[in-house]
Amino acid sequence: MKVTRASALQLGLISCDACHLLSRKPKAPAHGVAYCPRCGEELHQRKPNSLMRTWALVIAAMVFYIPANVLPMTVTTALGSAQADTIMSGVIYFMTHGSWEIALVIFTASVFVPFLKFIILIYLLLSVQFKWVKKPKDLTWLYRFTEAIGRWSMLDIYVVTILVALVKLGFLANIEAGPAALYFALVVVTTMIAAESFDPRLIWDVVEEKHE
Amino acid sequence: MHQIACHECDLIHDIPAMPSRAAAVCVRCGCVMFRAQANSIDRTLAWTTAGLVLYIVAVSFPFLAMKNGPIFNETGLLTGIQLLFKQGIIPLATLVFLTCVLIPLIQMLGLLYIFVPLKMNFRVQYAMPVFRLFKHVKPWSMMEIYMLGILVSIVKLGKMATIIPGLAVIAFGLLIFVLNFALSSVDSHMVWERLEGDL
Repeated sequence: MKVTRASALQLGLISCDACHLLSRKPKAPAHGVAYCPRCGEELHQRKPNSLMRTWALVIAAMVFYIPANVLPMTVTTALGSAQADTIMSGVIYFMTHGSWEIALVIFTASVFVPFLKFIILIYLLLSVQFKWVKKPKDLTWLYRFTEAIGRWSMLDIYVVTILVALVKLGFLANIEAGPAALYFALVVVTTMIAAESFDPRLIWDVVEEKHE
Repeated sequence: MHQIACHECDLIHDIPAMPSRAAAVCVRCGCVMFRAQANSIDRTLAWTTAGLVLYIVAVSFPFLAMKNGPIFNETGLLTGIQLLFKQGIIPLATLVFLTCVLIPLIQMLGLLYIFVPLKMNFRVQYAMPVFRLFKHVKPWSMMEIYMLGILVSIVKLGKMATIIPGLAVIAFGLLIFVLNFALSSVDSHMVWERLEGDL
């Protein structure tokens, strides 16, 4: 493969996010928006307002993360007495009852993965904003990693859905979803959209700027 | 020979004619820009058809049942979603419905809508918007995580009752693999070029 060692931006070209067609950047697009000549997707040289949007979504997700962990995820009623469980109390229950594998799976998916995503996204945002890019390839890898792991946080939401359906034994035992479930779903959705709004090409723009 | 820009670092590459099953990897950031597929149309159609059959089984047959002495509670894939809806947690019910029920269906129907005309050499309206939609919904299809959720639930309730997996769970588990095979048989570059050429 021959490489020209230039980015589309430097050559005045624009790559379609959907079909990857390279086209010449329109000089004055109608209504301020340009569309891909092949597939009709809106063209953006970089994802619009990438840094601001990602910051906003990460901060929102961090706010939702608090009630998601503090409030009960499920409320179990058995023989008339009710018990509320948070994510951590579930993890601790499994640890003390011998299934540490399940405790580890739930802890990783529900507590650790969202936390790791906050840290990585903030690190990426700061790196681009303050132009601290030493190893752009590693940062791009980190970005790919956050994009891939985020979805696994949905695990607890699904567990709640399945438990609610299965444990419907009237007076004997009954499980209902607690308020944390909604906040937790918001954490997953906002962090996923945050990762999608971050544009990894910004990392390489910093590198190119330094070389010029 | 044509040029594309890496979608993760924007570097321009000249892409020569690609042998089938070869991947074009960005020389700067290392991301896989695209992968050429052998026999993409036939393989995608075969896996998608198999997927739709499994999907019908997964939504219509008994999913999981819980047995505790005389009490027997049978549920379907949609039961939990309906109950969440009834409890008034509508956003949550919607999210589960979208990610595990509706979006996988959209993916399969979208693939049929694109690939049947490509196979039979005729044109349909809105093929490009449908293929764009197909690409956009991909990260929100989460059946494999639901499957892990089933395993966790079984362990969680193991001490309380016996959980009996139904036919639908097996279909659902197979569907995860089949849908993934269908998605990885899709040669996006070929599709965009064919859709463009047909115009």
